[in-house]
Amino acid sequence: MATELPEGLVAVVKHDCPTCVMVAPVLATLQDTVPLTVFTQDDPAFPPGVRAIDDTELEFSYRQGIEIVPTLLRVEHGQVVDQLQGWLRDRWEEFTGVAPLGEGLPEYRAGCGSRSVEPALVEKLAARFGGDRLASRRISFGAEEDEFEAAYARGWSDGLPVIPPTPERVLRMLAGTSREPSEVVAVVPPDLVPCTVEKIAVNAVLAGCRPEYLPVLMAALEAACTDDFNMHGLLATTFFSGPIVIVNGPISREIGMNSGVNVLGQGNRANSTIGRALQLVVRNVGGGRPDGVDRATLGSPGKLGFCFAEREEDSPWEPLHVELGFRPEQSTVTLFAGQGPEPIVDQLSRTPEELIRSFAACLDVVAHPNLALGFDAIVVVPPDHARVFRGAGWSKARMREEVNRLLTRPGRERARGRGGMGEGLPESLAEADISKFREGGLHFVHAGGKAGMFSGVLTSWVNPNGGGSTPVTVEVRK
Amino acid sequence: MSGLEVLDPTGERQPRERRRLPRPDSIDGRRVALLDISKARGNVFLDRLEQLLSERGAKTERFRKPTFARPAPRALLEEITARSDLVVEALAD
Repeated sequence: MATELPEGLVAVVKHDCPTCVMVAPVLATLQDTVPLTVFTQDDPAFPPGVRAIDDTELEFSYRQGIEIVPTLLRVEHGQVVDQLQGWLRDRWEEFTGVAPLGEGLPEYRAGCGSRSVEPALVEKLAARFGGDRLASRRISFGAEEDEFEAAYARGWSDGLPVIPPTPERVLRMLAGTSREPSEVVAVVPPDLVPCTVEKIAVNAVLAGCRPEYLPVLMAALEAACTDDFNMHGLLATTFFSGPIVIVNGPISREIGMNSGVNVLGQGNRANSTIGRALQLVVRNVGGGRPDGVDRATLGSPGKLGFCFAEREEDSPWEPLHVELGFRPEQSTVTLFAGQGPEPIVDQLSRTPEELIRSFAACLDVVAHPNLALGFDAIVVVPPDHARVFRGAGWSKARMREEVNRLLTRPGRERARGRGGMGEGLPESLAEADISKFREGGLHFVHAGGKAGMFSGVLTSWVNPNGGGSTPVTVEVRK
Repeated sequence: MSGLEVLDPTGERQPRERRRLPRPDSIDGRRVALLDISKARGNVFLDRLEQLLSERGAKTERFRKPTFARPAPRALLEEITARSDLVVEALAD
């Protein structure tokens, strides 16, 4: 390959450039008088009468960072010590030490763009020759192999098609962060594999992410792999839950996330692919697969990926991340191990006192009516329900307080056997006043479309009282 | 001619193949650890098993994970390894 840097003068040209065509006779003259090596980008027979090295693969041009043709380089002891672009007679004479040069030519003519910086080629060249940035094993599919079927066959998919992670696509994805591809972001369970920015980017490509989503995905993975969040347990459980990613702060608007109509549903690329990419990292890097370490009895559709943004702009309340101690201008992801939503339907209450009772009654049955303290909940409140609380000036704290007041009662009222049901709290708690939710176990998030007197409850996996998962919030770093 | 080139999205680990230990000829006099992972009614299963194993001459000892929701702590695994020849783990439910 034509990568070695020859001593003396080096010229890089292409036939498709009028300036190069114009200086071709000059190069022919120079080659007879000074040590000159010419690289040609598009036509091995160009320039006529010159012994040119074929750089139609553009490796030399790419590695030397050539942006303009013609370019003249001066190489001394294997180093480029000077360079010159375009045609400027005085400068060429000075640079080559040969005068007069190019008699009959104009004094000056600008060069053209190098082929190695053509937009359509840049990423391909980066992938081919700049691949030393990428450490992942390269796999060549068979010539006759369908690339989508090939990804399925290798077990990389969650059941839906994945985008083949070509080096070009991965490099484009990595442009979404300033972090080095080799930086380890998290150690991913269940196999406890150190996961680099690059591996996250590969899986982000599979999932269909855009590069600007990558920082959110990295923060989500960092949160998922903390001891508090307990991704290993969440993966291995027979329970329904998966990681739910809630995005707060300016980044959710910057990357076009949905916090409005159909917020928990399909249709928005960021919402759909960020949560999916997180699960693909756990699957592919961590080795956690359904019917492998994932032992879910039923699972839930959100395990394909569950990610949404809080509707901060017209919320009556401080956003979730501010409640948790971050500043409004910080961007964060909060991971919650859970599933949902369970509907709260109340189209008739017009006062907060009425509506909070509906909330409480629906929250009373989270996990089981006879269970308490072991499961958390996040109520996703859309504008129509939020309006009822806004009018009366109710804060999130007030709402939580009211729910806890309404749902605190003696343990015997949730005891095993109560209501003819075997499940329930143990006898030892019969006389204690028990609230349904642990302290810090109930949250409200503002999101959803403007029309509809409903709220949605996201219920958790076992909370830390049962050794399960604590929600974790991590700031997004670009 | 080869097809599309892609980057491996996996952890690129080679799983280690380990053969199972041979089945013991007899459990008479062997030390059997009974590990309860703390799931509901796991104890019911282990109580009965302990009774049956004892009748066959095994020396049983009970162990318990602090929570079913996390992997067993390393210290517990080491203790079981040091004190037992055989282990029965009750996944329960």
